[in-house]
Amino acid sequence: MSEAADTDALVEVDHLKQYFPIKSGLLIDREVARVHAVDDVTFSLRRGETFGVVGESGCGKSTLSRCLLRLLDPTAGTVRFEGRDITTLSRAQLRPLRSEMQMIFQDPYASLNPRKRVGQIVGDPIKLHGGAKGGEGSVKTRVQTLLERVGLQAEHYNRFPHEFSGGQRQRIGIARALALEPKLIVADEPVSALDVSVQAQIVNLLDDLQDDFGLTYVFVAHDLGVVRHVSDRVAVMYLGKVVEVSPAEELYTKPVHPYTAALLSAIPIPDPRENRARRRVVLQGDVPSPIDPPPACRFHTRCPFATEVCSTVEPPLVDYGGGHLVACHHPQNVSEQEIRAATVAPESPVSAGDLLPEPRGDSARAAAQSSS
Amino acid sequence: MAEALLTVEDLRVGFETDDGRVQAVDGVSFELREGEVLAIVGESGSGKSVTAQTIMGLTRSPNAAFEGRIGFEGEDLLNASQEQLRRVRGNEIAMIFQDPMTSLHPVYKLGWQIAEQIQAHEQVSKADARERATELLRRVGIPSPESRIDNYPHEFSGGMRQRAMIAMALANSPRILIADEPTTALDVTIQAQIISLIGDLRSELGSVILITHDLGVVAEIADRVLVMYGGMVVEQGTLEELFYNPQHPYTWGLLGSLARVDGVKPRRLPSIAGAPPSLIAPPKGCRFRTRCPHEFDRCAELPPLAARAGGTQIDRCWLSPQEKAAKRAVEGRIGLEATA
Repeated sequence: MSEAADTDALVEVDHLKQYFPIKSGLLIDREVARVHAVDDVTFSLRRGETFGVVGESGCGKSTLSRCLLRLLDPTAGTVRFEGRDITTLSRAQLRPLRSEMQMIFQDPYASLNPRKRVGQIVGDPIKLHGGAKGGEGSVKTRVQTLLERVGLQAEHYNRFPHEFSGGQRQRIGIARALALEPKLIVADEPVSALDVSVQAQIVNLLDDLQDDFGLTYVFVAHDLGVVRHVSDRVAVMYLGKVVEVSPAEELYTKPVHPYTAALLSAIPIPDPRENRARRRVVLQGDVPSPIDPPPACRFHTRCPFATEVCSTVEPPLVDYGGGHLVACHHPQNVSEQEIRAATVAPESPVSAGDLLPEPRGDSARAAAQSSS
Repeated sequence: MAEALLTVEDLRVGFETDDGRVQAVDGVSFELREGEVLAIVGESGSGKSVTAQTIMGLTRSPNAAFEGRIGFEGEDLLNASQEQLRRVRGNEIAMIFQDPMTSLHPVYKLGWQIAEQIQAHEQVSKADARERATELLRRVGIPSPESRIDNYPHEFSGGMRQRAMIAMALANSPRILIADEPTTALDVTIQAQIISLIGDLRSELGSVILITHDLGVVAEIADRVLVMYGGMVVEQGTLEELFYNPQHPYTWGLLGSLARVDGVKPRRLPSIAGAPPSLIAPPKGCRFRTRCPHEFDRCAELPPLAARAGGTQIDRCWLSPQEKAAKRAVEGRIGLEATA
């Protein structure tokens, strides 16, 4: 699936790793440890889809999104954009590709230059990428059209960012991202800084723009509710690893990885009666440090189902059919048949073994596997 | 009905700024009863935090102007002296803040900070105070508290720091705990731990005022809810009343615009158009009318907070309960129309 045969793929990420060195020493910087921010992640983005990435702070979701745009230089692995490996391109070679992939940032207060007018903020990318051939006037018309498209007014062209509310600023950020007619938009927590009532406006706007411009989105967020609403597929990350990838609705109705199930269960539902009726799994402890992550399954220190094997053998990403991949030795919400039919997915990390989960109650197979 | 422990009467808080006077709280009245969890819900700028901080006397400054009364045990906290306030703060009314990273002193050991507070209000020896601090840390679920008590705040994770803040708030067995967005800065799995801790400690916490924008957290632990908008209370009722029969269009909008992880996914999220009002020049009449799709001529006049739906519920909207019921259902959910 990660091979070039998949012509529908806009971006293919292949065994991507991003480690950050921690240095120490007075005169000579010596690398003493590494933060394993993204650790062997493989997936591909289909044209026109919205790929959600969720996880808690420190899981590597923001680092992953920056790698996709080559804002970081990955430690290993490749990112292919329309079949072309962008991890080895020089700055000059990357430049024309930059207009094809844009980013929307979390903080609408910090991501707009306070000294520039809206017209410059949205218009400068167009000029930089040679879109000003029709003269200054054509850029202005284009910016004003964009402003109107994102729900602002043409008159806002000459205003400064401080004259706008948080939601309007995020609209400016969206207009800037759209200015170069990109194919891919990576949105890193685009609504988490906004009030609830304004979040819905921005989510709906992103939805409309996707239909109009045929955009592909990577939507990174910690809010599983928002991710469910916008995404076609969702990846769940924990300590630099993808632990589950699934079509969006299936993830919410049938979480297979215990971490996904715990995340969903941790979210309070705004309905008092339903809240009282459901059983909650409260995970103990904190997320371990990505500097020295737990061996084998990284979730085993907090997992209610963990056994011996979880701390010794890294679980491979296993395909349960329909694009639902899970890296766990003790999958939840799957039937015996589904476990028997499961195969190791090509997206599985290199360091993981090929030990498939055991069907529950099938001790014969368990014995066979432990002896082999 | 339980007795009122704290009564806030017609509270007004304004701040003079270069751009004019910001009326952050504009006529808020409510009472907190013995043993209940009262949630105050609203978006940024709704006045919910200023209300809470004013109860603790934390908003006093040369540019602030106050009106109204905050009654607690026969005293008016709004006009209390600093000396009176010092007796009440931490001892009778404790507060935990949103950001556990910045609400502990970075250069003092955690145990020292808790013991200091115990000693500020009670005549106990240093050793006894330390002993009690250890016990408190154990109660809020900090593992091996005997050794952790000598750690500095930076040696704790965010969730652990919030637990330490709760331990500190419990130190003098206060009658009221004010929790200002206690889980907002935390990851969801840690948030669930803190919520379940607050649930476990409910019998010891006395009455709680919970300030939050998260209706999920409200559904989980509140008994009664106050919805604020533009410095005013727009609706108040029990948890059941507010979630299943909301009367104010702003409350419908809030409930409807949530992207939930359960139930049927709506085709489009109902949203509230526009942005929250400026508190320097708020709209005349109903504060919400500039964003309300159901606005009509009467809205130019400010509706009083009145019981219109029966029960204990009061709201600030001119529509009759029948009209509201007809207007609020969208795609089987409660909410405003799905507008762009």
